Amino acid sequence: MLVVENIARKPLEPVSLEVPDGTCIAISGKSGSGKSLLLRAIADLDPATGVVSLDGRSRNDMPATEWRTKVTYVSAQSGWWYDRVGDHFEAPDIAATYLKRVGLDPQAIDWAVSRLSTGEQQRLAFVRAIVQRPRVLLLDEPTSALDPEATAELEGLMHEKLGAGTSIILVSHDPKQAARMAPEKQFVMEKGVLSEKGRAS
Amino acid sequence: MSYEALDYYDIGLAALLLGINAALSIVYKLGVAKRLLIAAARMVVQLSLVGLVLHALFETVSPWLTLLVALIMIAFAGRESMARQDRRFAGLWGYGLGTGSMFAAAGIVTLFALATQFHATPWYDPRYAIPVLGMILGNTMTGVSLGLDRLLSEAANGRNAIEARLALGHSFRDAIQVPRRSAMRAGLIPTVNGMAAAGLVSLPGMMTGQILAGVEPIEAVKYQLLIMFLIAGGTALGVFASVSFGVTRLTDGRQRLRLDRLITSEG
Repeated sequence: MLVVENIARKPLEPVSLEVPDGTCIAISGKSGSGKSLLLRAIADLDPATGVVSLDGRSRNDMPATEWRTKVTYVSAQSGWWYDRVGDHFEAPDIAATYLKRVGLDPQAIDWAVSRLSTGEQQRLAFVRAIVQRPRVLLLDEPTSALDPEATAELEGLMHEKLGAGTSIILVSHDPKQAARMAPEKQFVMEKGVLSEKGRAS
Repeated sequence: MSYEALDYYDIGLAALLLGINAALSIVYKLGVAKRLLIAAARMVVQLSLVGLVLHALFETVSPWLTLLVALIMIAFAGRESMARQDRRFAGLWGYGLGTGSMFAAAGIVTLFALATQFHATPWYDPRYAIPVLGMILGNTMTGVSLGLDRLLSEAANGRNAIEARLALGHSFRDAIQVPRRSAMRAGLIPTVNGMAAAGLVSLPGMMTGQILAGVEPIEAVKYQLLIMFLIAGGTALGVFASVSFGVTRLTDGRQRLRLDRLITSEG
């Protein structure tokens, strides 16, 4: 279980969360409200105050690299550092088996990054993160550049990972997606303040 | 050894060539006339002052005065190098990182040269120490500025790629590998190109000066080779030190990318 206690960084007000294994919580809110900042702070990519732990073990008791392998952030803007797609994966063969599942040509593993569309990059970045089998996925608008069909495929993979015990914090601007992925726990971020959505609807 | 001493009339005549620059600026409205005038005036004043300082320095041969002049030169090189960077570290680091690297690199190589190749007595004789330091420093400064500028701009522009690697659990050392390599290369390339073109495209200034001053070309070439090797060593040390410290300062104990430590130069 991922436990976040009073994590804060300007302009984010202190946030506390509990995400049990195999569950998904969704966060929506306007751009600039601090959703990405929260995910980055949990991944330890920005300095923040507060305590974050996984299965009772504080992240400060392990190297940052180990923490991020377990609690992996997938940014809305994917990053690439080599020319060939496959060079970005630790196990390109395993990655290739996932490509079809997200509607990509398995040959894409040999493509040049420069010929990828934004939507292709987004799906490859998602696959890149899940093949490392993290315990927690911090997903920042993972389907913003995808059509409904590809979105459904990606959500299918997310459900599969949830079933295998991975937990997910999903940032999404789409309320329907939030309802599909996290029917029980939905939050709204407003000007750095996170609040749980009422179940009135 | 014989050479033609210049009188001020000769120099004034050559200065008339600046009129070409001025005419170009006025005819094509380049707007550089004022800056040209200031730059030319600065050059005349600065070089004349340096001439006076060196004259006095060579007369006294004091180790402390030599050291003082060396430190002042390094301090100015640090300022110049900082001004050439579009991005730099905030606070004292912005100045200290490049300056410290140049101090170490140019200092080590100058001492090496004074201790081995130049058999001056005393070894700190400013007639040798100051010109050698000046030549090494000038080139090391170029390398350090280019290296740091490249490192910081690639770190900022390549933020998505670097943080994607960090997010996947890569170490900062791995994540910064591509920008670091590119920065080191940028810092070293001018020296490599300078060596490759020496003699064919350009006659190096020092060698030209020695030949004009009546030194045998073969002897002048030997001096020039020595200086080129010293420059190559100083630049390599300076680029390595500044890029390495820069990489260290770009991250922290939790292997984050700390772009918040950078500021962008205005204008």
